[in-house]
Amino acid sequence: MESILEVSKVSKHFGGFTALSGVDLEVKTGERLGLIGPNGSGKTTLINCISGSLFNDEGAIRFKGQPIGKLPAHKRTRLGIARSFQIPRPFSSMSMLENLLVPLSYVSGITGAEAEEKAYEILEGMGLKQKALVPTNQLSQVELRKMELARAMAAHPSLLISDEAMAGLSGAEVDEVLQILFDVNSRGITIIMIEHIMQAVMSFSQRVVCLDAGQIICQGTPKEVVANPHVQRAYLGD
Amino acid sequence: MRFWIVCLAVILAGFGLVMSGANEYLFFAGFVVLQAIVLATAWNILGGYAGYVNFGVPAFVGAGAYSALVVHLSLDAPLIVQIAAAALVSGILGFAVGVISVRLRGIFFSIATVALVFILETVVINWRYVGGATGLQLTRPTDVWPFESYTRMLFWVMVIMAVASIAIARYIQDSHIGRGLRALRDSEEAAECTGVPTLRLKLIACTVSGALLGAAGAPMPMYLSYIEPYSSFNLVYAVSALAMPIIGGMSHWVGPLIGAVILASIQQIVTVTISSELNVLVVGVLLVFFVIAAPDGIVGLYRKWKASSK
Repeated sequence: MESILEVSKVSKHFGGFTALSGVDLEVKTGERLGLIGPNGSGKTTLINCISGSLFNDEGAIRFKGQPIGKLPAHKRTRLGIARSFQIPRPFSSMSMLENLLVPLSYVSGITGAEAEEKAYEILEGMGLKQKALVPTNQLSQVELRKMELARAMAAHPSLLISDEAMAGLSGAEVDEVLQILFDVNSRGITIIMIEHIMQAVMSFSQRVVCLDAGQIICQGTPKEVVANPHVQRAYLGD
Repeated sequence: MRFWIVCLAVILAGFGLVMSGANEYLFFAGFVVLQAIVLATAWNILGGYAGYVNFGVPAFVGAGAYSALVVHLSLDAPLIVQIAAAALVSGILGFAVGVISVRLRGIFFSIATVALVFILETVVINWRYVGGATGLQLTRPTDVWPFESYTRMLFWVMVIMAVASIAIARYIQDSHIGRGLRALRDSEEAAECTGVPTLRLKLIACTVSGALLGAAGAPMPMYLSYIEPYSSFNLVYAVSALAMPIIGGMSHWVGPLIGAVILASIQQIVTVTISSELNVLVVGVLLVFFVIAAPDGIVGLYRKWKASSK
């Protein structure tokens, strides 16, 4: 299978602190990739570099064969990279529906009634249609998480990056979000999932990559990664 | 359509009023209220829609006034050219401020805009051609046909500018630019990641806002027949331009209009009836009241009332 994303030798420094050092990662089209690692291992920094919220200091990032390392985030979104945020960042002065109208207008150029129809369609797919007109500051945690995924989907992505979309959710809610991500993937959309809830990552991912101290220490099938001594040391210590 | 009819009606009514026999003082005071509408509306395009608080309003007003003065002195240009020059110079200034917003956000952006006031004021104080620190006395053109006096003409010009600024603010609010600005005000990072070109939108908002602020300052030299740097770069402009949208409501174009009409009218009345110093106090008291009691302004109060009466 062809690869949709190629990250090669990417490094990122914050002053004297090295958040990422020489990360190499390839993601295949349609793949479900899990990204794990202890707190502060550089997971979010890596996806910030991929989505364009941060610029990598060294190395190259290619998306669908095109170098994107220098592009601002909104151009990467238009190319097909969408993401959710670890701490939800809704457009809090808007309703859920309006949140979706932003990417529909700026990425796909759809406005007016057509855009609303499309937004309702996406919200319905995530079971959020009833809440479409509710201001986002009145939503529950799980609704916010789903809204972030819905908003990302409204950007019509070919790669969806889910940054801890399940943090702080109950067991049943985790399953709901997982189901949404499976549905998205079944439509051919590649997914990178960052997650601390092991059960979710392990059941979702076809391949798991483990980061520690800014470097990839291991990758493979979920089973292989869990059994890897480096991973166990990173999480549990010696 | 209804909006445009109202706009046209206001402009025509303004013309009718100017041609009528109404007292000259009405136009002198009315000019200030109309100027306040332009300032508040222009400020709100950046401050209200995009959430970038510009404390540097006097820099734009002053730049506008002095740009107008320069084309008046050097080319003997008519008022319309003075206003165009002011809008151009202040628009460029606004664009520069937009570039600052790449690195500075929140309070740091606001402080940088204050610095702009002092920089420009210092430049003008040391510029002999425009009168330096002592300022310049100006003679108004006497022929202002069909108007009876220059003040009357200025009043009508300001009516047109107020209508134009509101039309521009309304257009921005309702267009996809407005939605993008709201998105970046709520979360700049999330806006970028949903395809909003935040820098471009901020540059548009800064440039348009700056140009309108400068245009509002352009008639000042002729209005007073006098110009000097201390009142042209007075920080009271900054406080008023910010207080009016806060009082009226920052989320809708009508907010700054309401705020400006209320605040500027009260100020004019207080200036005439009580004291010219006390009018600044009015701004302070109303601002404190609204920030505490109605943070979303009069527009917010109206929306709440409408929602509860449903």
